[in-house]
Amino acid sequence: MTEKARASAQPAAPDGAPWNDSEARPFIEIQQLSKKFDDFTAVNKVDLVIYRGELFTILGGSGCGKSTLLRMLAGFETPTGGRVLIDGIDVTDMPAYDRPVNMMFQSYAVFPHMSVEQNIGYGLKKERVPRAQIAERVAEMLELVQLEPLAKYKPGNLSGGQQQRVALARALIKQPKVLLLDEPLAALDKKLREQTQFELMNIQDKLGTTFVVVTHDQEEAMTLATRIAVMRAGEFVQIGTPSEVYEYPCNHYVADFFGNINIFEATVVSIGDGAITAELDGTGTLVEADHDEPLETGQKIRIGVRPEKLLISREQPTSAGQTVTRGVVEDLAYYGNRSVYRVRSGSDRVIEVSTQNYMRSARLLLEWDDEVYLSWDASCSVVLTE
Amino acid sequence: MNHGIGSAKRDRLWRSTVIGLPYAWLLLFFLAPFLIVLKISFADPIMAQPPFTPLLDWGAESGRRLLATMDNYRFLLEDKLYWLSYLTSIKIAAISTILCLLLGFPMAYAIARTPQPWRNLLLLLVVLPFWTSFLLRVYAWMVMLGKQGLINQLLAGVGFIEEPIQMLYTDGAIYVGIVYTYVPFMILPLYATLEKLDLDLHEAAADLGGRPFQVFRDITLPMAMPGIIAGCLLVFIPALGEFVIPALLGAMDSLMIGRTLYDEFFINQDWPLASAVAVIMLFILVIPIMVFQRLQQENPA
Repeated sequence: MTEKARASAQPAAPDGAPWNDSEARPFIEIQQLSKKFDDFTAVNKVDLVIYRGELFTILGGSGCGKSTLLRMLAGFETPTGGRVLIDGIDVTDMPAYDRPVNMMFQSYAVFPHMSVEQNIGYGLKKERVPRAQIAERVAEMLELVQLEPLAKYKPGNLSGGQQQRVALARALIKQPKVLLLDEPLAALDKKLREQTQFELMNIQDKLGTTFVVVTHDQEEAMTLATRIAVMRAGEFVQIGTPSEVYEYPCNHYVADFFGNINIFEATVVSIGDGAITAELDGTGTLVEADHDEPLETGQKIRIGVRPEKLLISREQPTSAGQTVTRGVVEDLAYYGNRSVYRVRSGSDRVIEVSTQNYMRSARLLLEWDDEVYLSWDASCSVVLTE
Repeated sequence: MNHGIGSAKRDRLWRSTVIGLPYAWLLLFFLAPFLIVLKISFADPIMAQPPFTPLLDWGAESGRRLLATMDNYRFLLEDKLYWLSYLTSIKIAAISTILCLLLGFPMAYAIARTPQPWRNLLLLLVVLPFWTSFLLRVYAWMVMLGKQGLINQLLAGVGFIEEPIQMLYTDGAIYVGIVYTYVPFMILPLYATLEKLDLDLHEAAADLGGRPFQVFRDITLPMAMPGIIAGCLLVFIPALGEFVIPALLGAMDSLMIGRTLYDEFFINQDWPLASAVAVIMLFILVIPIMVFQRLQQENPA
């Protein structure tokens, strides 16, 4: 069921990948946007283009400027430099109440003195929509977030998850061009978070609204987003699809942010066509890696390999195009669906290997202190120059 | 086992002491005096010590007899003076309360939005007047408002007026005195509620299309209601019975109930009538308090 839900909810921008299409019309354009607080620069001259119907995620640790960026999109923070365009209209100096944008707050900010219905209808009331029409649209929204039985309740009587749906419905009822979500899942417990994640994706898919999500949780970003912008110290480090930032991180920071990665210091020995060969420092093991950007022979680089890309075996692997190194199992952890091995290779290097447990096996295939071979395909080596 | 029972007993004793003490206090210092006043209000005035008839007569010939009269209350209803006093007091207290609210709300809001450590300093300034005697502060206003007072001298000095304005001994002076004295009682409860107000709610309302005034009307005001009600009661109740301010700053013929009460007690020496005035005033005060209680139960926020 989960697989099916994922497939139908997979957020696909209308035309596949507009970010690869030079003709595609940008929907949100952020140009050289900056925000300085006294002498602290929260956001430093960022440029970003988001396309219609995207579920775009801004990811970063606390204090990286992601919330400030979102608040500038909402109109709560005045930029100290740069411009914001939404659907071709410059909204930089537009007050929050005039912007075609709505926000879902991390705290939900549900009005405690109004009923669920009144909360959801508030935005239309401010637009002076006729009463009957408000009631109709509120009913639609209640159905969308499945809160019909709670329409007359005050928020004080609702659970965190229910309050969040109220906040979502309240922000969506005005049919904003862009919905901003500040850490939408952070306050929910783990089970509810997964469920809500799929619901968010379903709703986004159904309405086609452009979502901009701010989060510090890389897993949340990976599952939700069409594209992710990794932010650090007020600047974007990398912008790409979830698989791009995971498989082709541009530097050590991004590589480390998305899960574990083994990093090897290495020196370039030869450069071929779209691939290089490098020697791992200390061991002399030769590594092949796919790489396009210009490098020089003798240059110091780092090679990164994700733990799940490594093969671990007792016998020496035979297939070509593989990097092979040897080691001793120092530690192993069994998680049921997978096992993680920590293999000591050489005197000061520990390599992490993660394997799927395909077989239902009473005993582990490998034990502590087993001598093993580790191997990986050239296409799995990530060259990091920073 | 024995020890356990002993400590449970001690716990119960401790709990009843903690609960009992405030009740004992209220009984002794509130209910008992009130019952005495109530008793006197049903008596007749006489030239004696004390100056009223006893409630129970131990006369020799007829045995025990209850001597209660409604004369005082009847008199209060018949004489226009008392009606006017009550109405004037209610009017002055109500207008003063509204003035305090209009003045106190922006101040409380500003203080709640001021960053620390300035916020504590501002709060200190609000309560600072309490460190000097209330009477002295009212006298200070007499100096300010008098014919040769500071304000008149200043206005004459600038050439704004030829003749000094009569400010002291007017209703205006009473308002100045009451608002000045009681505005801290408005600011403090308002500050307490406004300080807790979640700024996200304001932003959410603005995000949904609320203009600044609408955000204030839809969010700030209803959320601050408990503070507004508490502040209004704290100003209205003492202002209604205020005696010192109208006596010192008001006109000789100003009719406020506190002053009428004083006159009955100390000038006319009619304790029973004065007591009846006090009992009626208490009932006038109980009504807004009950309304407040009702509102609190509806809105347990």
